[in-house]
Amino acid sequence: MIDFIPELKARGNPSSIMNFSVPIIAVTLTIITGSIIFAIMGFDPFFALTTFFISPISNSYGISELLVKATPLALIAVGLSFCFKNNLYNIGAEGQLTMGAVVGGGIGIYFHDTQGFWVLPLMVCGGAIGGALWATIPAFLKIRFNTNEILTSLMLVYIALLILDYLVVGPWKDPNGFSFPKTRKFGDSGRMPILFSGLRVHFGIIITLIGIFVSWLIFSKTMLGYQLKVTGFSPIASRYAGFSQNKLIYIAFIIAGACAGIAGLGEVSGPIGLLYRDISPNYGFTAIIVAFLGRLHPIGIVFASLVIALTYLGAEDAQLFMQIPAAVGFVFQGLVLFYLLGAELLVNYKIVFRKKI
Amino acid sequence: MNLEIILGIIQIILIATTPLVFAGIGELVTEKTGVLNLGVEGMMLIGAVTAFVTLVITGSYFLAFLVSILSGALMSGLFAYLVLILMSNQVATGLALTIFGIGLSSMIGKQYIGTPITGFNPYFFVIISFVIVFLVHYFFYKTKLGLVFRAVGESHHSSHALGYSVIKIRLLGIIFGGCMCGLAGSYMSICYAPMWQENMIAGRGWIALALVVFATWKPRRILVGAYIFGGVSILQMNLQAWGVNFPGQFFNMAPYLVTMIVLVIISSNRLRIKLSAPASLTIPFFKGR
Amino acid sequence: MDNLILKIDNISKSFPRVKANKNVTFNIRRNSVHALLGENGAGKSTFVKILYGLLKADEGKLIFNGNILNVESPSEARQKKIGMVFQHFSLFDSLSVRENLILGIDNDMSFSNLQKKVNEISDKYDLPLDLDAPINTLSAGQKQRVEIVRILLQDPELLIMDEPTSVLTPQEVESLFKTLNTLLKEGRTILYITHKLEEVINLCEEVTILRDGSVIESSMLENETAESLATKMLGKKLSEIKTDYSYVKNSINFKAHNVSQSFNNPFNTDLKNISFEVKEGEIFGIAGVAGNGQSELMGLLTGESINDVSGSIKFNETEIKNFNPKNRRDLSIAFVPENRLGHSAVPELTLIENVLLSQFPNNNFLKNGMINYKNIEIQAKKIVNDFNVVTPGVDVKASSLSGGNLQKFVIGREILSNPRLLIISHPTWGIDAGAEHSIRKSLIELAKSGTSVIVISQDLDELIEISHRISVIFNGKLSKSFDTNKISISEIGLLMGGNNFD
Repeated sequence: MIDFIPELKARGNPSSIMNFSVPIIAVTLTIITGSIIFAIMGFDPFFALTTFFISPISNSYGISELLVKATPLALIAVGLSFCFKNNLYNIGAEGQLTMGAVVGGGIGIYFHDTQGFWVLPLMVCGGAIGGALWATIPAFLKIRFNTNEILTSLMLVYIALLILDYLVVGPWKDPNGFSFPKTRKFGDSGRMPILFSGLRVHFGIIITLIGIFVSWLIFSKTMLGYQLKVTGFSPIASRYAGFSQNKLIYIAFIIAGACAGIAGLGEVSGPIGLLYRDISPNYGFTAIIVAFLGRLHPIGIVFASLVIALTYLGAEDAQLFMQIPAAVGFVFQGLVLFYLLGAELLVNYKIVFRKKI
Repeated sequence: MNLEIILGIIQIILIATTPLVFAGIGELVTEKTGVLNLGVEGMMLIGAVTAFVTLVITGSYFLAFLVSILSGALMSGLFAYLVLILMSNQVATGLALTIFGIGLSSMIGKQYIGTPITGFNPYFFVIISFVIVFLVHYFFYKTKLGLVFRAVGESHHSSHALGYSVIKIRLLGIIFGGCMCGLAGSYMSICYAPMWQENMIAGRGWIALALVVFATWKPRRILVGAYIFGGVSILQMNLQAWGVNFPGQFFNMAPYLVTMIVLVIISSNRLRIKLSAPASLTIPFFKGR
Repeated sequence: MDNLILKIDNISKSFPRVKANKNVTFNIRRNSVHALLGENGAGKSTFVKILYGLLKADEGKLIFNGNILNVESPSEARQKKIGMVFQHFSLFDSLSVRENLILGIDNDMSFSNLQKKVNEISDKYDLPLDLDAPINTLSAGQKQRVEIVRILLQDPELLIMDEPTSVLTPQEVESLFKTLNTLLKEGRTILYITHKLEEVINLCEEVTILRDGSVIESSMLENETAESLATKMLGKKLSEIKTDYSYVKNSINFKAHNVSQSFNNPFNTDLKNISFEVKEGEIFGIAGVAGNGQSELMGLLTGESINDVSGSIKFNETEIKNFNPKNRRDLSIAFVPENRLGHSAVPELTLIENVLLSQFPNNNFLKNGMINYKNIEIQAKKIVNDFNVVTPGVDVKASSLSGGNLQKFVIGREILSNPRLLIISHPTWGIDAGAEHSIRKSLIELAKSGTSVIVISQDLDELIEISHRISVIFNGKLSKSFDTNKISISEIGLLMGGNNFD
C-alpha cells in the first residue's frame, strides 16, 4: 500500500525557477499527449508530430506564414497583459479587435479612391481608437458601477460581431460584389505593405514588434508600468502609495483595446484588404492563451505566439496530409492551456510526501 | 396573424430554445455555488458529437443520450479538478475547456459528417427540460442540500466555518452543469438538426452564459429568458418575410444588451441580493485562508 | 453534581513565534457569568478556540461536567452542549433568517418543527425574530439575536460570548443583558469575553484575567473595582521613565479638531469628535485595546480612507483632511501602517522596487516618467546600512526578509525621506526584541531632530517608553492626553476599559 501521501505545501516565496519552466513543462506535456492522441488514431506518432510541428516551418514560405499568424496574436496578447497583470479579466479582445477593424477599415473604405502615404497610418489610428473605445465600456462599467468585467467584455464581443455583420451585408456592402457579404476593397494606400515579395508577411509585424518593445519599456522602466505592477500585486499597497486605481484601470483597458484594434486592422488591411464576416479565427480568445503561456511577459509572449501560431499551421498541414480536421489545432491549444494552468500551482506550492501514520 | 401562426411560432421557439434551457439550467447550478464555467460551448459540442457517434455505432438512442451526459460530466470533471484541487484560474480554465472541446469534437466527428440518422422526437426533451427546471427550483428552495448550495455561493468562508465542504458542493454543481451541457448538445445533434456538423452549437453556449445572468440565477426564469432569447432570434429571422426592413442584427443584439444592463443593476449590493446573484462567483476558495 | 462546570487544567498552546497560552488554569462555576478579561494578545481568543474545537491544545486538559473534553470541531462542541457566539457573525446576507438558522444547526429539523422551536425560544428569551426577513435587512443587534437563537436551538449548557457588545447600540446592549439574565435563571453558564471593565463589573460574578498568555488572577468580583481590574490587566509597568522632554518645541505642527467619520457598517468603528495636537519634536502616543477605532483612525491620518469625514485636520496650517497619501507625502508627512507585506511593502517586489512605493518631493527617482533605478539603489543601500537591515542584498524580494528587518527597512525608508511628521501604527508588532529596541531608538532620534511623531499602538509598555504624551482611544473616541512622566497606570487602564470617558 502507499506509505507516503503527496501533499501541497505553500512555498515561502514564489519560485522563479518554476515560473520560467512552467510554460516549458506545459508545452512538453502537450506534445507528449498529442503524440498519444495521434497514436490512438492510428498514426505513427513520429510522422504525426513532424507533420504538425516541423513541416509547416520547413521552408521560408512556412516561416512567413508563421509570422503572419503570430503577429496579431502577439500584439493582442501584449495588450492583454496590461489587463491580466492587474487582475482585470478582459476576455473581450475579439470584440475590440473587431471594432478596430471596423473603424480602421471604415476609413480604408472611405478613402478607397485616394492615394497618399497618410491613409494607412490614419487607418491604424482608427483601429487603435476603435478598439480602445470598445474596451473603455467594460472599464467604465467596472469603475462606475463595480460591474464584473468578465461578462461585460464577453457580451460586447457578440455585439461587435453583429455590428460587423450588419455593416458588411448592409450599408458597406460592395456595390460590385454580387451580394457576397463583404465590403469593397481598400485602395492601395490602405494596404499594409508586403515586406518580402512572394511572402505574405506584411508591415503589421513591424507594428507588433514596436508594440512589444514599447510594452517592455513601459513595464520595466516607467512609473506607469510600476504603478500597474504594484496594483496588480496588492491593491492595498497601491492605495498606500497614492496611485489612482481608476486611472490605471482605464489605461490598462485602453492599451489592451488599442492593441487588439490595431491587430484587427492589420488583419483586414494585410493580405485580404477588405472587411468581411469572419475576419478573425478566434484570435481574440487565443491571444488569451498566448498571454498566459508567455507568463504575461513581452519576451515570453513573443515565444508563446510563435508556439500557438505553429498550432494553427500544424493543424492546416494535418488536415492536408493526415486528413484530420484543422480543428485539431484547438485541441493542442486547449491542452497547452490546461497543462499550464495545472502546472502553475507549482510556482506557489511544492509537493511534499508525508508519511502515512 | 391568426392562432395557427402563433401556435406555430410557439412550437418553433420551444424546440429551438430547449438546448438553451438545458445548458442554462446546468450552468446556473454551477454558478449558484460560486463557480463560473466558461466551457459551456465546448461541453455542448462534445455532448453533441459523442451522442451522434454513439447513435450511429450502436443504434440506441438511450445509449447515445447517456454517453453525452457522461462525456459532459467527464469534461466538467476535468474543469473541476483544475479549478477546485489545483486552484487554477476559473476564467482561463473555462476558456481552455471551450477551445479544447471545439477541437476534440471536430476530430471525433470528422468521419461522421453527413451520416444520416433518424431524429428523435424533440418534444420529449422539451418536456424533460421543463421538469428539470422545476426540480432544480424545488431543490434549491425546499431542500436542505439546496440551501447549502446557495450558502456556498453566497459565502464560501462562512459555509466552511459552519462545517460544510465547499469543495464537495462545488464539485456536485460543476458535474451537474457538465451533464446538462452534454445533454443539450445531444439534443442538438439528435433531435434538432439532426446531424453532426463541425461547430454546430454555433455560439449557443455563450448565449446560455448570458441567459444565466439574464435569469438572475433563478431557475424558473431560465425558461422565461430562453424563450425571450429564442423568440427574439425567431422574430428576427421572420422580419424580412413580414416586410419589415429593420436590420436583424440589432434585434439579435438585444439579449446581449439586456444582459449587460442586468449586470450593471446587480452590481449594487442591495439589488444583487434582491436578485440573488451568488456573491462568491469566480473567487477561488483557499481552505484555511 | 459538581458545582464546577468546567475545569481548565494547564492548557498550553504555542505558535511559531509566540506562546499564546501558558499553563492556563482556572475553574468556571456552574450557573455563573464568568468574565475572561485581557488586552489583545493576552491569549483569550486562542483559549476559546481550543474550547470550541477550532484549535488543539499542545498540553493540558479540559474537564467539562466531570468528563475529559475532547472536541475536534465546532459541531462536536455544540453536540457536547457548548455554544459560541462569535464577534464576527457567520451569517448569509441573501438568505432569510429561517434559512440561516437551518444552516447553523447540526441535526435535521423539519421546517414546521423549526418554526415551533424558534417561536418558543423567541418568546422565552424575548428575542423576536421575523423568520422570513433576509439577513441583510437586519441591524447588528438583530443579527446577533439570530446567532444567539441559532445556538439556543441546540440547548447549550455553556455559552461563550466573544466581545458581544462591540457592535451594539446602548439599547441593544441592555436587551442583550436581559437575555443573558434569563439564560442564567435557567441554570446555564456564560463565559463572557471582553475588555470592557464596566461590563465586567455590572454583569459578571467572577473574572479570570489573562496577560501574555498566563492567568494573572481568577477570583470573585466582589473584591474588585474597575481600577484594580485595570491595574491587574495591564501589569506592573514602569521602571524609571527616561523620556527626554528637552527637545520638544512649543510650536504645534499637527492639529486634529473634532474629527468624525462614519462608516455605516457594524464592523467598522465610527470615529467621534477626535481632537488632539502634536508639537514639533514631540512623540504623541495613542493607546487602546484593538478594535476601538485604531485602524480607522490610521486610515484617516494617512489619507487612505477619507470618505465622510467632518471636522478639520491641519498640518502646519494646511487643511489636509481631503488629501490622498501622495498629497500628504508632498507635504513631508510619512506613514508606516500596521501591516507590512501587502501594505507598506509589496512582497513580490524587491527592496529597491519597494523604495519607490513611498515617494517624496525631494526624491530624485523619477525623470520624465522614467524611473532612475540607479538612484533608488543607492537610497536602498543607505536604508539598509543606516538601519541595520539584515538582508543578502537590496535586490531580494521583500517577502524574504524577516518581519523585524522588513519593518526596519520600511521605517528607514520613511525616516530617510526627512519627513516633518511621521505617523506610525504598531511599530513593533510581531518583531523580535533586538529589532524592537532599534526601532524605538530610531523614533526617538527622529523626534529629537524636530519631527513630530504620532504612534498608535496596543503595546502600552512601548508607548510609555517612547512617548511624551499619551491619549487613549475607546469606541472611536479619544481621551484627553497625559504627560507620560505624570501618568498613573490605573488611570490609563480605566480609560482603556472604557471608564472615565467624558
